[in-house]
Amino acid sequence: MPLMTNNSLKDLASDALQLNTNLASRVLVEFLKDGLSKFGFSRAVIATSGGIDSALTCALAARALGPENVLALLLPYRTSSAASRADAETLVQALGVKCTAIDITGAVDGYLRELDDPSTPLRRGNVMARVRMIATYDQSEAFNALVIGTSNKTELLLGYGTLHGDMASAANPIGDLYKTQIRQLATALELPTVILTKPPSADLWHGQSDEAELGFTYEVADEILYLLVDRWFSQQEIVAGGYDEQLVLEISQRIKRTQFKRRPPVIAKISDRTIDRDFRYPRDWGR
Amino acid sequence: MTHVVRDSRVALAQIRPRLGDIGHNLSIHLEYADRAAAAGCDVVAFPEQSLTGYFLSDLVVDVAVSRSDALLKPILEASHQVAIVFGFIERTPDHRCVPAAGYAANGRLLHVHHKVYLATYGLFDEARDLAPGRHLRAFDTPQGRQAMLICEDLWHPSSASLVAADGADIIYGLSSSPGRGVGNGSHELGSTETWHALNRMYAQMLVCYVVHVNRVGFEDGVNFWGGSEVIAPDGTCLVRGPEFDEALVIADMPDSGLRRQRARLPLRRDENVDLVSREFARVLVERSDATDDE
Repeated sequence: MPLMTNNSLKDLASDALQLNTNLASRVLVEFLKDGLSKFGFSRAVIATSGGIDSALTCALAARALGPENVLALLLPYRTSSAASRADAETLVQALGVKCTAIDITGAVDGYLRELDDPSTPLRRGNVMARVRMIATYDQSEAFNALVIGTSNKTELLLGYGTLHGDMASAANPIGDLYKTQIRQLATALELPTVILTKPPSADLWHGQSDEAELGFTYEVADEILYLLVDRWFSQQEIVAGGYDEQLVLEISQRIKRTQFKRRPPVIAKISDRTIDRDFRYPRDWGR
Repeated sequence: MTHVVRDSRVALAQIRPRLGDIGHNLSIHLEYADRAAAAGCDVVAFPEQSLTGYFLSDLVVDVAVSRSDALLKPILEASHQVAIVFGFIERTPDHRCVPAAGYAANGRLLHVHHKVYLATYGLFDEARDLAPGRHLRAFDTPQGRQAMLICEDLWHPSSASLVAADGADIIYGLSSSPGRGVGNGSHELGSTETWHALNRMYAQMLVCYVVHVNRVGFEDGVNFWGGSEVIAPDGTCLVRGPEFDEALVIADMPDSGLRRQRARLPLRRDENVDLVSREFARVLVERSDATDDE
């Protein structure tokens, strides 16, 4: 008689992370159509790096709005890799979306030149991300479009993004998809192979790699995040399920430490009815 | 009213309400009611909070109306041509705001059900803004004895069991069910799978028709998946609306469907309401005697 046991925690997580890509793309395309049209918009602008997150966002927006209504903004800095730029151009070609390239070197270096101290790679990276935000919002006005966000659930939970930089947007179709699910959906939507296969990088300095910088792979991070966040498992249960104790601890602490990045700025309560605390109206009020 | 179930034709109005805009939503109701009447329907059923939209938060107090409010008059007038099951927020005389389902027929409100179970967990926060209902009742209509339940009510099997015991041959379920769960490579949303299972289970085990109407559209990024359906007493799906798109979906619910299935499977005849109520009464007494740390 065969011995039947229930699945391991690892199987549970990796199975659950297998996305129904048809259904997911349907929901996300409808989300974009609805979210823009309700506010009187039919166009989107997306800061496009050549990476998989912004590529997927562009592809979803092109499906929702038509490629002629999507502006992919290429915003290279002088140290940005030429390969990223080439990949973004490949994407633009494949999708048939509109494209504008604006070099942000002058704006970034102009600011950095005014500083007395030498800054740090992290600070310079944040300045680049925030200059890109300025460019994206400015172009959205010129293109009569909304800014569509490209942060995924993994980086949002890990706090691996620049507040008011790459995290800034009016609507984000992919913020509830883990990185490994982004890959599945991007594959299903047949994005260019080069974008599907290259290692993830913020490309803020030469040779930067997300996974090297974070110190773990997205596969294992997504499983731990899924078990912690979506399934309410305790850290102890996840460790008992075979995951590295230090890693589970580190990921849990990252979520806690970066919670402020996922919330609007805190407002000191003085009155009876404070915005977002007890003045609670939906964003889609009357729409 | 005589307790005779007639063959009835129902239209499921799978609409996309505008959040907090009763005037706009009212016009959708009247349009769908006209279409249902033109298609020879006896009843047109709308989803939960069809007149107001769902994630209201502080808007609740702005959109709540009393039963006699002039805003409901056009619905009552339209109910001369087709009975209308609709969702709204009722402001009671003592100013509680209660999620409600109204059954309008022949120009008057025949029955109002107040949602008994307010969903307050996960993405739901109903008990923050709303007061719960206090009754579960079947009621008589020109098409026989029926009941209305609202969304979370149906996640408590006792609600459906009770209105079936009260004689409901058709159970209307009004929902604003958010779509979620796209993992495990499943063919449907997690919420869709659960609802299909629930509706079929109730229809088969309570040997009645189940009419489940779910809305479509988005509110603050949350999607509502539609997929409204009518399940016959033998568990077959008579009709199912599309996912995510607006639709008017029509099904015939013949009395013979009840007669034949109750002959095959007399579960309702054999339901021992007396025993169940005695045992519930016992549990109630014993649990109220128990302390939390026992």
